[in-house]
Amino acid sequence: MEKMNETNATAAQAAQADRHAFGFWVYLMTDLVIFGVLFAVYYVLKASTFGGPSSNDLFSLSTALTNTIVLLTSSFTCGLATLAARSKKLNQTIAWLAVTFMLGATFLTLELSEFSRFMSAGASWQRSAFLSAFFTLVGTHGLHIAVGLLWIAVAIVQLKVKGLTPSVVSKLDRFTLFWHFLDIVWIFIFTTVYLMGIM
Amino acid sequence: MTHFILGDLTWAALPHAWYTIGATGTIFVGGIVVMAVITYYKKWKWLWKEWFTSTDPKKIGIMYIVMASVMLFRGGLDAMMIWLQQSISVGNAPGYLGAPSGYLDASHFQQIFTSHGDIMVFFVTMGFFFGLMNLIVPLQIGARDLAFPFLNSLGFWLYVAGAVFINMFFVIGGEFAASGWLSLPPLSEIMYSPGTGVDYWIWSLQLSGLGSLLGGINFIVTIIKMRVKGMTLMKMPLFTWTSLCSMALVVAAFPVLTITTLLLWYDRFFGMHFFTTTAGGNPMLYVNLIWMWGHPEVYILVIPAFGIFSEIVATFSGKKIFGYVSMVCAVICITLLSFMVWLHHFFTMGAGADVDAFFGIMTGIIAIPTAVQIFNWIATMFRGRIRFTTPMMYFMGFVSLFTFGGMAGVLLSIPGADFELHNSLFLVAHFHTMIVSAALFGIFAGITYWFPKIMGFKLNEKIGRRAFWLWIVGFFVSFTPLYILGFMGATRRLDYYATATGYQPFFITAGIGVCIIAAGVLMQVWQVVVSVRERKDNMDTTGDPWDGRTLEWATSSPVPFYDFAKKPEADSRDAFWEMKKRGEWPRATARTEYEDIELSKNTGMAIYLSGFFFLFSFGAVWHIIWLMALGFVGCIACVIIRSFDDDTEYVIPAAEVEKMETLAWKK
Repeated sequence: MEKMNETNATAAQAAQADRHAFGFWVYLMTDLVIFGVLFAVYYVLKASTFGGPSSNDLFSLSTALTNTIVLLTSSFTCGLATLAARSKKLNQTIAWLAVTFMLGATFLTLELSEFSRFMSAGASWQRSAFLSAFFTLVGTHGLHIAVGLLWIAVAIVQLKVKGLTPSVVSKLDRFTLFWHFLDIVWIFIFTTVYLMGIM
Repeated sequence: MTHFILGDLTWAALPHAWYTIGATGTIFVGGIVVMAVITYYKKWKWLWKEWFTSTDPKKIGIMYIVMASVMLFRGGLDAMMIWLQQSISVGNAPGYLGAPSGYLDASHFQQIFTSHGDIMVFFVTMGFFFGLMNLIVPLQIGARDLAFPFLNSLGFWLYVAGAVFINMFFVIGGEFAASGWLSLPPLSEIMYSPGTGVDYWIWSLQLSGLGSLLGGINFIVTIIKMRVKGMTLMKMPLFTWTSLCSMALVVAAFPVLTITTLLLWYDRFFGMHFFTTTAGGNPMLYVNLIWMWGHPEVYILVIPAFGIFSEIVATFSGKKIFGYVSMVCAVICITLLSFMVWLHHFFTMGAGADVDAFFGIMTGIIAIPTAVQIFNWIATMFRGRIRFTTPMMYFMGFVSLFTFGGMAGVLLSIPGADFELHNSLFLVAHFHTMIVSAALFGIFAGITYWFPKIMGFKLNEKIGRRAFWLWIVGFFVSFTPLYILGFMGATRRLDYYATATGYQPFFITAGIGVCIIAAGVLMQVWQVVVSVRERKDNMDTTGDPWDGRTLEWATSSPVPFYDFAKKPEADSRDAFWEMKKRGEWPRATARTEYEDIELSKNTGMAIYLSGFFFLFSFGAVWHIIWLMALGFVGCIACVIIRSFDDDTEYVIPAAEVEKMETLAWKK
């Protein structure tokens, strides 16, 4: 079978990468709607503690702040990975992705230990509507982080196997969007759930 | 241990009522017959290779339409069962089949109206529209495929999985949700609906909802990024415009459905308290959220039909559409306004006069852009040379019915009036008038109009017109009584009423109407059968059977799998009409320069992925944890495997294209 000529192929590839990026933005907006609903539900149910612990009783500023710093740093290292990929430095890209992975995993561990602390204090998601909403909102973000970690792992394998091919780099770009998006969502969680919950 | 393996499944879940045994029998016998036929003709490989794994939007479109037609029969059967019960379940009338009155007990009746609503909305109307969009939108914008062919296939198979799932309860479980098509809590909470019916409802919506969402993203990117040279946004055909608006609504609204029904499932599965009546839960929160999706949803169902009718009225009046710009503005206006009216579904909640007044006014305002469209359509017909074909008949039926039902809607938008009519049959009659006239008539008109483009021959006109008359007469006979019943105070979802109410004659009249509609459906089936048999007489050899105006007609019929041998260009709104005026059509005999065409390869991955999601959902309904884990891991594995596959496209060389083109035009 004949191959398409070189310039045509490059143009088609660029158009496809463009479509993928745009499609991913649209997907992120749908995810944003999901978070929007969860935030709204949380605000509505925040006061419905049903005699159980309230946000003031549970949240600790230091944990939330540590989490925030870890996640923001991971966004920075994720950006460094992108820069490395742009300048075609394979090993550096992998290294920064690995650092991002470690930071993401740390975040997740901290979050899960916070959850288990709440649970053992009798503040499970079954206790009150407030806690259902809290666990679901923060947990959904955590689930996204877990998906992101899996994505990093797959990306590292693909980089090792295939190198910095246009298709791998385009996927990496979309991962970066995803990761930064989760950062933005976390900033809203940090301010409107944790900070406003303690104040 | 048994609980680990089977979850909540027991022998009692197997069919034991007459309707589950009947349906299960029908499913199995039907399935065995279909499989036997396929095996006998040795068509399995052909089905798998040519259809199931295809990423060609035309094939996916046809599969959507076939599936939606099957579901239309299922939903229609529900409608007939509802009406039969309401016609005979009165006063001291005897009960049959073990029911105290009529032939259905209350719970079974509730399950039927629930599944009627869900099937008609999610699996009939949405299915047909996704089918038509798949078939026509790429052609109208001169694209060869959608932006994400794999996601398109995945969206379709998730829709199929959802459609199978909503019928699964017949075989395993024996009960569907009895809580209405939106399953409002607290009724749908575990305390009041302890069975698996609501879970089946939730997960069939998760499956098909995700499919719709993927479709929405896909069409938006396709329409924004893949139009032919010269086609600016304001030169797009109106069906493409309305598809874009409808898909924008899908993308903005469907995540709300996904997360809201998921929260309901968290309540049921994890014992959370979002919408419960205990521990601080708030059932009205669910009602608000579900209608924030639900109201845009009804516009998702009617907006594409506006586009279909715009194409049809322009073509068969032989004129360009009147007021194109105002048409586009009106559609965008409706799209935006549809997010600001959700509260009119529950004025009676008690949000207070100010809130009700705001939403009442916003609702009334929607009538303005809608009226702009109605006037534009009528003005398009004005002084046109009208051809009264079947699609045009449906169009005129739509305009009259839609105006009629729309005025009922304006009446309902007044909170004071709504307090009287809320949850009455008046409301039921109103939304059926809107959905049947716009969505269903739009679908029938669209299928008849584009049929020759897709299949290569026209549908029989005479039988088509008969089907139309049966539909519209049947519609008036069956729904006018409901308006009157609403004023008489009949509430919706009545499985029994007293003789003194005087409802029965109206219900019987409505029942006769349903029979007339059913005759219309049979007539449509007959139309397809006759048309296929006599297809030789109705072949479309020109590619332009109706004297069309837009680019989908600028290729041979049936459409070749690569859509256009050479991509057309668009320098005006009715691009194909201009081509014909310039004498570039029928195709110049001069040799065309052909080029290599790149298309996406077939893949079975979408089927596997949907299958794993199906298993996950089944596990979620029956609390089978290992099955959920299996489904979950399977889904992720499919995505990862797919992400490693870079070899997803193939090239058809120019010489091959030329050969196929010569063959197509020889006929």
